[in-house]
Amino acid sequence: MNDRLARAIRRSAPDPALGMFLTCGFPSPGETLGLMHAMEEGGADFIELGMPFSDPLAEGGPIQRSSARALAAGMTMQRTLQTAAAFRQTSTLPVVLMGYANPVMRYGLGNFFAACHSSGVDGIILPDVPVEEADPFLEEASRQDVNLIFLVSPLTPEARLRRIDSLSSGFVYAVSVAGVTGAELPDPDDVVRYVAAARHATKANPLLVGFGIRTREDVLRYAAVSDGCIVGSELVREIERAESESRSVKERVRQFVHMLKHGV
Amino acid sequence: MTYNAPDSTGHFGPYGGQFVPETLIPALDELRAAYAELAGDASFQDELSSMLRDYVGRPTALTYASRLTEAFGGARIYLKREDLCHTGAHKINNTAGQILLARRMGKRRIIAETGAGQHGVATATVCARFGMPCVVYMGAEDMERQELNVLRMRLLGAEVRPATSGSRTLKDATNEAIRDWVTNVRDTFYIIGSVVGPHPYPMMVRDFHAIIGQETSRQLQEQVGRDAPDVLLACVGGGSNAIGLFYPFLDRDDVRCIGVEASGEGLGGRHAATLTLGEPGVLHGALSYLLQNAEGQVELAHSISAGLDYPGVGPEHAFLKDSGRVTYVSATDEEAVRALEQVSELEGIIPALETAHAFARLPDIAAGMSSSELIVVNCSGRGDKDMGTISQYIQERDQ
Repeated sequence: MNDRLARAIRRSAPDPALGMFLTCGFPSPGETLGLMHAMEEGGADFIELGMPFSDPLAEGGPIQRSSARALAAGMTMQRTLQTAAAFRQTSTLPVVLMGYANPVMRYGLGNFFAACHSSGVDGIILPDVPVEEADPFLEEASRQDVNLIFLVSPLTPEARLRRIDSLSSGFVYAVSVAGVTGAELPDPDDVVRYVAAARHATKANPLLVGFGIRTREDVLRYAAVSDGCIVGSELVREIERAESESRSVKERVRQFVHMLKHGV
Repeated sequence: MTYNAPDSTGHFGPYGGQFVPETLIPALDELRAAYAELAGDASFQDELSSMLRDYVGRPTALTYASRLTEAFGGARIYLKREDLCHTGAHKINNTAGQILLARRMGKRRIIAETGAGQHGVATATVCARFGMPCVVYMGAEDMERQELNVLRMRLLGAEVRPATSGSRTLKDATNEAIRDWVTNVRDTFYIIGSVVGPHPYPMMVRDFHAIIGQETSRQLQEQVGRDAPDVLLACVGGGSNAIGLFYPFLDRDDVRCIGVEASGEGLGGRHAATLTLGEPGVLHGALSYLLQNAEGQVELAHSISAGLDYPGVGPEHAFLKDSGRVTYVSATDEEAVRALEQVSELEGIIPALETAHAFARLPDIAAGMSSSELIVVNCSGRGDKDMGTISQYIQERDQ
């Protein structure tokens, strides 16, 4: 069983584990690989690489924009897998692919998971594939020893959360609020209470928190009651800000990740 | 055989299902349970029947189209007059059912998506009727093309929010409605406008429209002494009016069902013929046929009819296509406009552009049948909303 991801998360303790999301092909296909290395240098414990999709219905504005730009620049599934493979040549940091069911099914589930295995991809997150529809995905993931990471939300009942935990591998992804990525978190205390309860009910996997996490303060707050955090939309905004100020995107990304992980 | 799709998990053969974010699963479970309970609840069914009779205007007429029959020289042609429903199309059968369900479930806020605006108007209408706040997502581009329906929705008290992402049409309006629902799922009911989306929507929307076929059977019995025609004909975008007409007859091997998709500029050009040229894929919560490229990215549909301008189709139609129970053909923009002109002149009925696609295939089908045979065409909506589009099209064509 591939446990590089779970080990990386656990090894990070007592510091919070930090997963950084970036859409493959954003801000341009030529920059993604360099930015993955920048995230590693900044202190990311794993990288979540987005597979762009035309209709990303779980995403808020920033990741929608990054996905649209990547597609307009000619990003393909093949190139995403090649980017992951190129990163794996020089790094042992875990890589997770995140995207939507249709491009994966179109590639062919067997072909896709085999390509993930040979590209050194450790896990897959598909937010529009709940456990109800997951059987064929679970079968191929298991065959290729790739983790399949499921999500839970504040509305997931506890019995269902236990079932999701039992089917998930790598970690369980706790969505911070009912909403889309990059959402505002209106009441941090609510999020803390829910995450603590979800962490308590999750026995088989580490539990990481994502959606709407922007600052070092957020990371510390939610990591205190979980195994770590995932940041994505705010990284897109940082990159957009660096572009508009004509600053080095790579340096900005490294600094932003370092701030999230180490507070400086 | 007895037709009994979908199965308990919401699958029509391999199609359908619940490809949605985890946050929506508990809401879909709640909806499924509430619908299962109320579908067999006499007081709910009475409330719905009263609303359909006293507010929507059902039963709608079944009209013998004598001059179309004469013109094509074959089967006798009957029109199921959904254009006579309040708001001008069949869409309100479904919004009436869903708003009563939303009220029983204690939901306080309604959202919907709309393409041409007909479903948006039908949703805004029932929300006004019950004093419920209503937000309708509409592609920014469609808001320009269908300005009158935007005005209608606003007069009815709805907030129309432009979808500015992606292609700025129905597909993107649906994405925005789903994002709103994920965010406000605790108190919000999403009234989906066609037999699409995650289970139980395709089944539930079909059931609310099945009254179209049920009335047709009863009215044929009264008018000609037969409870079924030889052929049923309807246009297919998402496919709600077609399934409403077909569904009560799917067990009848002696009834042929034909759905007509929009082939736009032609099957070699820009089109919306999802079942004809698409391939299986996941969009908006269900596996069905889908217009997509080799990378699995969703492609843009095109039709002169904004209501058929959608790259997906209901999963039950995908299942009925594969099983061969329903035949799917297509009609171009040009054929649809010609048919609209012909039906207007011969029957005094101006159909919607969507509906005109069904009429476009009527001559070939009717002419090949005998005068003892019957065809029922679902006249799913009236064409008033399309006057701007038709005027522009005819001017350019006849220059």
